[in-house]
Amino acid sequence: MQTRRSVLFQLSTLAASLALGLVTTVAHAEDTIKVGILHSLSGTMAISETALKETALMTIDDINKHGGVMGKKLEPVVVDPASDWPLFATKARELISQKKVAVVFGCWTSVSRKSVLPVFKELNSLLFYPVQYEGEELEKNVFYTGAAPNQQAIPAVEYLMSKEGGSAKRWVLLGTDYVYPRTTNKILRAFLKSKGVADEDIMEEYTPFGHSDYQTIIAKIKKFSAEGKKTAVVSTINGDSNVPFYKELGNAGLKATDVPVVAFSVGEEELRGVDTKPLVGQLAAWNYFESVKNPTNAAFIKMYKTWAKDHKLPNFETAVTNDPMEATYIGIHMWKQAVEKAKSTDTDKVIAAMAGQSFLAPSGFKIEMDAKNHHLHKPVMIGEVKADGQFNVVWKTKGPIKAQPWSPYIAGNDKKKDEPDTK
Amino acid sequence: MQPLLMRFLLLLGLSLCLLTARAEPLRATPVPPPAPLAAALASLLGDDPDARSQAVLDLALSPDVRARTVLQALREDGLFVFNTQALLLTGEQWVSAQSGQVVPVPADAAAPPEQVTVNNRLRGDVVKALALGDLRSPDVAVRRAAATELSSEPPIPFAARMALAAQAESDAETAQILRRAAAQALLASPDAGVRLQALATLAGSGEPSIAALIRPLTTSAEPDAAVREAARHALTDIQQRLFWGDLLDRLFTGLSLGSILLLAALGLAITYGVMGVINMAHGEFLMIGAYGAYAMQGLFQQHAPGLQAWYLAAALPVGFLAAALTGVVLERLVVRHLYGRPLETLLATWGLSLILIQAARALFGPQNVSVANPFWMSGSLILTPSLVLPWNRLLIIAFAVAVLALTWGLMQRTRLGLYVRAVTQNRPMAACVGVATQRIDTLAFALGAGIAGLGGVALSQISNVGPEMGQGYIVDSFMVVVLGGVGQLAGAVLAALGLGVATKLLEGWTGAVIAKILVLVFVIVFIQKRPQGLFAQRGRHADA
Repeated sequence: MQTRRSVLFQLSTLAASLALGLVTTVAHAEDTIKVGILHSLSGTMAISETALKETALMTIDDINKHGGVMGKKLEPVVVDPASDWPLFATKARELISQKKVAVVFGCWTSVSRKSVLPVFKELNSLLFYPVQYEGEELEKNVFYTGAAPNQQAIPAVEYLMSKEGGSAKRWVLLGTDYVYPRTTNKILRAFLKSKGVADEDIMEEYTPFGHSDYQTIIAKIKKFSAEGKKTAVVSTINGDSNVPFYKELGNAGLKATDVPVVAFSVGEEELRGVDTKPLVGQLAAWNYFESVKNPTNAAFIKMYKTWAKDHKLPNFETAVTNDPMEATYIGIHMWKQAVEKAKSTDTDKVIAAMAGQSFLAPSGFKIEMDAKNHHLHKPVMIGEVKADGQFNVVWKTKGPIKAQPWSPYIAGNDKKKDEPDTK
Repeated sequence: MQPLLMRFLLLLGLSLCLLTARAEPLRATPVPPPAPLAAALASLLGDDPDARSQAVLDLALSPDVRARTVLQALREDGLFVFNTQALLLTGEQWVSAQSGQVVPVPADAAAPPEQVTVNNRLRGDVVKALALGDLRSPDVAVRRAAATELSSEPPIPFAARMALAAQAESDAETAQILRRAAAQALLASPDAGVRLQALATLAGSGEPSIAALIRPLTTSAEPDAAVREAARHALTDIQQRLFWGDLLDRLFTGLSLGSILLLAALGLAITYGVMGVINMAHGEFLMIGAYGAYAMQGLFQQHAPGLQAWYLAAALPVGFLAAALTGVVLERLVVRHLYGRPLETLLATWGLSLILIQAARALFGPQNVSVANPFWMSGSLILTPSLVLPWNRLLIIAFAVAVLALTWGLMQRTRLGLYVRAVTQNRPMAACVGVATQRIDTLAFALGAGIAGLGGVALSQISNVGPEMGQGYIVDSFMVVVLGGVGQLAGAVLAALGLGVATKLLEGWTGAVIAKILVLVFVIVFIQKRPQGLFAQRGRHADA
C-alpha cells in the first residue's frame, strides 16, 4: 500500500522533472532549430525511405557545417512510423506538439501523406513531401518537392508515343492496388483517349501490395502485345514487388526492344536488388538520375557516398542517389532559404517566403518553387536501364516545367484554383 | 522517297527476286546501293530518329567490313563522338570509326569523347542488323538465333537477303524460320499468287503476332477469294495452336505456384499437421534458408569465383542445417514447454518470429538483398512461341518433387518416420512402448524447419530476400495445411497444387486482387463444410 508521503514525493519529482524538461527545451530552443524526419525505417517501405532519412541527416549536417540557419544549428529529430499509416499521424503529432519541431520532412506513400495531413492542418505546421505522386491535392501546410503527373507520367507516355520512343499504339497500365496507381492510371486513360487510343487498346491490371508471382500478368502482356500493334507497359508497381516483376520479365524473354516498360516508382535504389542485364533498355521517368553529368550532381553524389561510408550504412559500397533523395535535398535547402528570408521559423511566414525560392539542383537546373501552387518547376527526364543498374538519359525537357497538381484530364478540375485555400 | 512508295517498290523487287531466285539462285538481288559508311555515321551522330534508324539498316546492308564493327560498338554502347568525329574505343586507344586509324585524344580535352546514345528503337534495329550479318555464320546455332531474332517484324529492306539466306541454308529448321520471316513481308504483295504462297508458309506457325498479320486478309479488304479462304484456314490453324499453348501455359504457371506453396507448406505440414504446433515463426525458417543462399553466394564470390554458378548446391545443405538448428533451439527453449497449449504456442511463436526478423535486420540490414540466378536458372525453355517455360520455375518444380519424395521416404520408410507417426497418433501409447517422445518432438520440429529452409533456398531464386519475406508465406502455408487435412502429406500436396492452379486460372480471368479474395472465400467455405480438410486422419487418437 502506498503512503500519502510517497505519493506526494512522486508528484513533486514529476513536477520537478517537468519543470526541468521545460527549462531544457527552452535552453535548446535558443541555440538550435529542431527539424523532424518522418520516414519508415522498418516495414515494407523501409527499402525506399531509409535512404531519404539518411539524405535528410546528411543535408542537415552539411548545413550545420556551413554555419546553420540564421546562426543556429539544426537539430534533427528522427522517428520511425514503421510503414504503418495511422502511426504516421501519431508520430507527426508527437514531433510537432512534444518535440516542437519547426518543420517536418517525410512520408513516401500517398496514403501516409493523407494520414498526416489533418495533423499538420490542425497544428498549422509544415511538411515537405519529396516523392512523385498522383496530384489531386493542394494543401497550404505542405510543399511538394516531387513530381506531379504532368511532370512525370504524361511526358513519359508522350515519349513512348513518339517515333523516337517506338510509336507505341497499345498500352498496358499495370500497378499496385492503391490510390496512387489508380489515380495516375485514371489520368493516363483520359490522356490516351484524348490522343485517339481506343478502349480496347488499353489494358489495366492491378496486383495487391507485396505480390510476388507475375507469371500470369506477363503472359497476359505477351498475348496483348501479340495482337498486332506496338505495345508499351506503364508500371506503377510500388515497393519490392518490382524485383519479382522484373525477374519474371527477364526470364520470359520479353525485351525492351519488343515491349518497353516505363516505370514511375523504380529508380537506382530499387534496382540495387535486381540483376539488370536482362532489363537493359527498360525505362523510368524521373526529374533526376544519378547518371546526370554536372558539377552540382558530382558534388551531391560524392557527399552521399562519403556519408554512407562514414556512417557504415549497409552495403555502402554500392550506395546510389535517386530522385526522391534529390527532392529531399532540394526541400531542406529551400526551407533554409525561406527561413532566412522570413527571419523566422513561424509557419505562415515561412510559407510566404517559400514562394519563388530557387535552388541550383543536382539535376543541373535552377529549380524554382512556384509562386502559388506549392510545387516545384522541374525538368522531366526519361532514362533507359543500363547493364550496371544506372540510367542512360534518352530524352529530357529543355527546362523545368510547371506542375499541374489538378490534372486537366480529370473532369471538374478546370474549376479548381491553382493555389491552396488559405483560411 | 515516300516511305510507302519505297515499301511497295521493295516488295515488288523482293517478290520478283523470289520468283526468279527459284530458277536461278545465283542472280544478284536488286538491293538499293546503301549509303557509304561516312553518310551513315553522320546520320548516327545526328538527332533525327528516322535517319538514325535508316543509317543502321544501311550499315547492315553495306559491304564495308567496318560497318559491322560500328554496329557491334553500338550494341555495346561503345560508339563515341569527339569533335563531330565518330570514335571507337579499342583497348586504350581511340580509333576513327570511319578510317580505322588511331585518333589522338588529349587526356585533358575540354570536352572528352561522349557516348552516342542508343535508345530502345535504335537498339532494336542494331540487334536485327547484326542478326542479318550472323546469317552467314558457319555456326548453325548462331544462324538459328539470328533467324529467330529476325522472325518478328523483320525490317522490309532485309527481306530479300533473308529469302536468299533461306535458300542457301542447310539446316531445315533455320530455313523454315527464315522463310516464315520473309513471308511476313510478302503478305502485302500485290500478286495474289505470292500472297497465297506466303500464307501457306505461315500457316504452320505458332507465333501470335502472325495471327495479327493474317487477320486483315480474312476480311473483305482482301480482293481475292482464294486468298481469303486460305487466310481463314491459316488463321484457324494458328489460333488452335495458340489456344493449346495458352492453356498449357496456364497449367504450368499454376503448377509452378503450387510447387512454391508446397515447398513453403511442407515443413508446416509436419510441425503443425503432425505435431499440432501452431508455429507462427514458420515463415522465418524460409527466410533463414533464403539468407543461407545469400551467404553462400557471397562466400563463393570471395573464395571460389570460378564455381560461382554452383553456389546453390552448397546453399541447400547450409539452408537446411541453419533452419533446422534454429528449429532445435526454438523447440528446446520455448515450444516444448507449451505442447498442448495452442494459444500460448501461437503467441510465443509469433513473438519468436518478430525476434528472428529483427535479428535478420541487424545481421543483414533492413533492405532486401540481391540473390542472383546462376546462368542455368535464367532464361527459359521455348517450346513454342506461346509456351515459354522459365528455367527457374521448371527447376523449382523438379526440386519440390524431390523434396517431397525425400520427406515421404523419411516418414514412411525410416525408423524416425515410424516414431514420428507413432507419436502423432497416440503419444502416451508410443511412450509406453519405449519411444523417446521428447527427442522425437525435437527431431520432427527440426525436420519441419529444415524443409522450410530448403524451401527458402528455392524462393531466393524467384522472389525477394529480405527480413520480412517469411511473412508473405505464412498465411498461404497455413491455408495449404488446413485445406489438405491436418497430418497428411498427400493432402498438403493436393491442396498446394489445387490452390496454385485455381489461383492462376482465376487470375487470368478476374485479375490478381479478385483472384486472391475468391480463393480465400473458397477456403473459408470449404473448411466450414469439411473442417477436417481434404483428407481426414483416420485411426484412434489419444485426444479424440
